[in-house]
Amino acid sequence: MGSTLFEKVWSQHIVAPETADTPAVLYIDLHLIHEVTTPQAFSLLREKGLPVRRTDLTLATMDHSTPTTPVSTFKDLLVAGEGAAGQVRQMQQNCEDFGIELHGFDSPHRGIVHVIGPELGATQPGKTIVCGDSHTSTHGAFGALAFGIGTTEVGHVLATQCLLQRKPKTMAIEVDGTFAAGVGAKDLILAIIGKIGVDGGTGHVLEYRGPAIEALDMDQRMTVCNMSIEGGARAGMIAPDDTTFDYLCGRPRAPQGADWDAAVERWRGLATDDDAAFDRTVRLSASDLGPMVTFGTNPGMVIGVNEPVPDAGSDPSFRKALDYMQVSPGKPLTETAVDVVFVGSCTNSRLSDLQQAASIIKGRKVADGVRMLVVPGSQQIKSEAEQIGLDRIFSEAGAEWREAGCSMCLGMNGDTVGEGQLSVSTSNRNFEGRQGIGARTVLASPMTAAASAITGRVTDPRPYLADL
Amino acid sequence: MTAVTRIRSRTAVIPTRDIDTDQIIPARFLTTTSREGLGASLFHDLRFDGNGKPRPEFVLNQPEAQGCEILVAGNNFGCGSSREHAPWALLDFGIRAVISTEIADIFRNNSLKNGLVPIIVNEETLDFLLANPGIELDIDVAQSTLTLPDGNVVEFPIDAFARYCLVEGIDQLGFLQLQEKRIKEFEEQRTWTP
Repeated sequence: MGSTLFEKVWSQHIVAPETADTPAVLYIDLHLIHEVTTPQAFSLLREKGLPVRRTDLTLATMDHSTPTTPVSTFKDLLVAGEGAAGQVRQMQQNCEDFGIELHGFDSPHRGIVHVIGPELGATQPGKTIVCGDSHTSTHGAFGALAFGIGTTEVGHVLATQCLLQRKPKTMAIEVDGTFAAGVGAKDLILAIIGKIGVDGGTGHVLEYRGPAIEALDMDQRMTVCNMSIEGGARAGMIAPDDTTFDYLCGRPRAPQGADWDAAVERWRGLATDDDAAFDRTVRLSASDLGPMVTFGTNPGMVIGVNEPVPDAGSDPSFRKALDYMQVSPGKPLTETAVDVVFVGSCTNSRLSDLQQAASIIKGRKVADGVRMLVVPGSQQIKSEAEQIGLDRIFSEAGAEWREAGCSMCLGMNGDTVGEGQLSVSTSNRNFEGRQGIGARTVLASPMTAAASAITGRVTDPRPYLADL
Repeated sequence: MTAVTRIRSRTAVIPTRDIDTDQIIPARFLTTTSREGLGASLFHDLRFDGNGKPRPEFVLNQPEAQGCEILVAGNNFGCGSSREHAPWALLDFGIRAVISTEIADIFRNNSLKNGLVPIIVNEETLDFLLANPGIELDIDVAQSTLTLPDGNVVEFPIDAFARYCLVEGIDQLGFLQLQEKRIKEFEEQRTWTP
């Protein structure tokens, strides 16, 4: 019997096989680190007098607690609070002391860790990639095995470049059909999570496959893989193909010359064999999808933008979620007033995401009383977007154009949604209080978010589609 | 890590499903560079109102929950982010075991590395525990069992290696460091380099 994409990558990284008594020792090819989940790991290395084993396989940036207003002095950092400023300073010190390449405030490549890995070409097919962040699943879009880890495990990888892991199960998500205009990767992944549930993927690595997946560009594939964790799966993968290779070719950390040709040859062999078996298979058609929005307090509570909120019945957890969101069963969200629109996060902050939002906003105005924040995923994307005038489109419409970072996705840098306010957000989590104390989050695509900004209501973007 | 062999305590019960790590410890408390003192922020926005006053209706604020070391929660506890601050906050508050029908992967891994025991039970057992808050349980980690007040014994699954580390109080980094020779061989023998 053949092997799946996951099984091929897994087996190529086994330093010591798992037994009944011990997990496998898995080698890690790329360790991405940021300021929030590493300080305690570096403290451990200092206590034990250990170096970072492979600084060349470690890449650092600062994204979570950094301000999205320009930083040129230490005082600028304090807008995000003293804790955040201290964390940023410690990150700079740790990278300096241990000899790690840091994309800090002076780097044109600083940005969200899951945006800059691919952008620099460090994310490649067949690699094992970890980071102290659950959205590390993003990098699976390239056919890498990529998953989030805790701070103790960050310490393990810094010290040994390895992790102790039990082999997960596999689940195929087969998607056929074609996407209608105004519908895309975000709508698909929300529909998938709605179908399998927020714990449906627990213990599994997902592989997204089929014609609708093959038709996606890399930005869209990253959006899909990014939210694998919201379905409970630590990792989601897509087989690398010409779309993947075209994206990577020529990027700073991608192989060059003869090494590139050898790498592509190797990468072509990673796809799941025809006779491989998955532990579970789920099927969807992209043709059945419209724009999707969440109505509750987890990403599995999802409906079509014009569909009514389902009935809570007697389930207390469900009813609690509707109460928190202040929505009523039987009514669609399209009458719900919007206070904030956030376009950004490791899910939807790449150039094509910003272009989609801009295409709808162009020549229109953000509705009175709505605050719209547009936060590019990296300084590189910010600069590319400015070269094609996206910043002006957003600014002229009345939106705020910011520096790169995680920003309002998790609201730990001072960018927050006010208590009781409703936010339509292109991010990945609508948990209670995620975007601010008492904030109510509706997850949506960049197009749905932009359309909602114009009308001040949760809005189907399809009547507003236009060329950029 | 301190060894964890036996936990005998009454339970505190939060019946809600899908309690995520943002509820366990909101992101604004993650701007710390230490792992100490996070118990003060545990379930912060559920425990305290906007003025910082305890919400009397929240279970951990009630007198009968004081001193409880076992938390029973609805399905899929600990979903969401990879923040290890979640188990650190629970431990710092005094919780030593979490029981549910499903515990999210990253949270479960993080818990095991810090001596917080994640316990998966079937629906029938969880329903019983949710319906009977405050009962005394006896958790034997080495035997992977929990004993109910009526003497009924429920076995729970736990990875053999993780259990060994819990019971012996062993830090897994030491085990990985012992693999250094094999790691070096792996690096030298692989046909491509990252």
